[in-house]
Amino acid sequence: MFDSKDTAPAKIDFFNLDADADNVNISRRDFLSKTAVAGTVAIAPGVLLHSTSASASGNTSTKASGEEVSSKNRWGMLIDTAKCADGCTGCVDACNEENGLVGHDRPATDTQYIRKVTLKEKSTGHELSLPLMCQHCETAPCADVCPTGASFVRADGIALVDKHICIGCRYCMMACPYKARSFVHENVDSQKLTAPRGKGTVESCTMCVTRVDNGGIPACVEACTEDNHNAMIFGDLNNPESDISIALKARGGKQLRPDLRLNTGVRYQGL
Amino acid sequence: MTRFLRPLLVLIGFMLLSPSTFAETPFPTVHEPSDESLKCIQPEDEMRRNHMNYILHERDETMHEGVRNEPGSLAACIDCHVEPNANGEIAGIDSEEHFCNACHEYASVQIDCFQCHADRPQKFIIRNDSSAAIKQQLLQTLAAENNSASNNSSEGVNE
Repeated sequence: MFDSKDTAPAKIDFFNLDADADNVNISRRDFLSKTAVAGTVAIAPGVLLHSTSASASGNTSTKASGEEVSSKNRWGMLIDTAKCADGCTGCVDACNEENGLVGHDRPATDTQYIRKVTLKEKSTGHELSLPLMCQHCETAPCADVCPTGASFVRADGIALVDKHICIGCRYCMMACPYKARSFVHENVDSQKLTAPRGKGTVESCTMCVTRVDNGGIPACVEACTEDNHNAMIFGDLNNPESDISIALKARGGKQLRPDLRLNTGVRYQGL
Repeated sequence: MTRFLRPLLVLIGFMLLSPSTFAETPFPTVHEPSDESLKCIQPEDEMRRNHMNYILHERDETMHEGVRNEPGSLAACIDCHVEPNANGEIAGIDSEEHFCNACHEYASVQIDCFQCHADRPQKFIIRNDSSAAIKQQLLQTLAAENNSASNNSSEGVNE
């Protein structure tokens, strides 16, 4: 149905858009239907995103720095492909800067946490541009196959690699249906304080976990908002009052490869 | 048999205890923070012996549970103890002047922390740049700090 162009190494054949959209995300719909939200939110979608009532709830973490993360929260992102500008790499640049990612002019193996993908529908010629990164699955294949327990999903839904115990076997890279992970092939120095990374380990998008724990939002979302594209929303999927939950309720959001039933934390609109 | 062995052992003992042997392996000088008001989280003796336990314990809680206010963080060690010298040069982990490496080199214990973690405070790191540029930035930062200490400089350079 779709094919891709001008992306880095991957052949993007995983946009299985024929899957029954009604079957996706059963657990979240369940959750929402059981949650009594006072009053129906029935404003225009554009207004919903900037709803003032949501400013203090669910858009960022409010946990104390000494508190453990818990499954009360499920951090996620919603990406509106209609707003994602073709040719803009603001999110990618911000991510590279935030995490200190340095390339070696080897597109096949250089680390990428997030990349821009352009999709073209063959029959109509309609093109879509969207950012693609770790989808932060609830039942993550990377964590399933990891032989040491280095790949894991944190209680609040963020998929991470514990590089202290990663042995660099790269099973997780094979298992990931989104080709979201990279392997560090070269010695690294001058790392960022909040983004330790070194040779011989696998890495991927961390949803800027240090920022999130400190009550911030991921660098890519921040950059997209600063560029006035507003194509990315970050927030708590478990909190019905968060911007992301309101936007999802109003206009829905698809998972990539919903047929795999991974319950991803990253959702897309306009696919 | 023992008649020959005993004087030999005494001789070896003298050789081991002679002052010249000690002089060849000087104890490393460890950089103390220039700001004397800064206090370490534990007394020096305790830190010398057990610093790895503090760091290791925190590592897992932070990584897996998101606890971010643990007192013994590697970044906090580096922030106080790794500073530029009088010439404005800051030692990387490969240098014997580096706070961590000074002792680890002496004790011949390899550390892997800095294969991934930053070995200098963040304000002294510029990525994608040569060490010359780092030094220049460092000198500018130091000059700016000196200026702002005496009067308000218009050329303040922020990290």
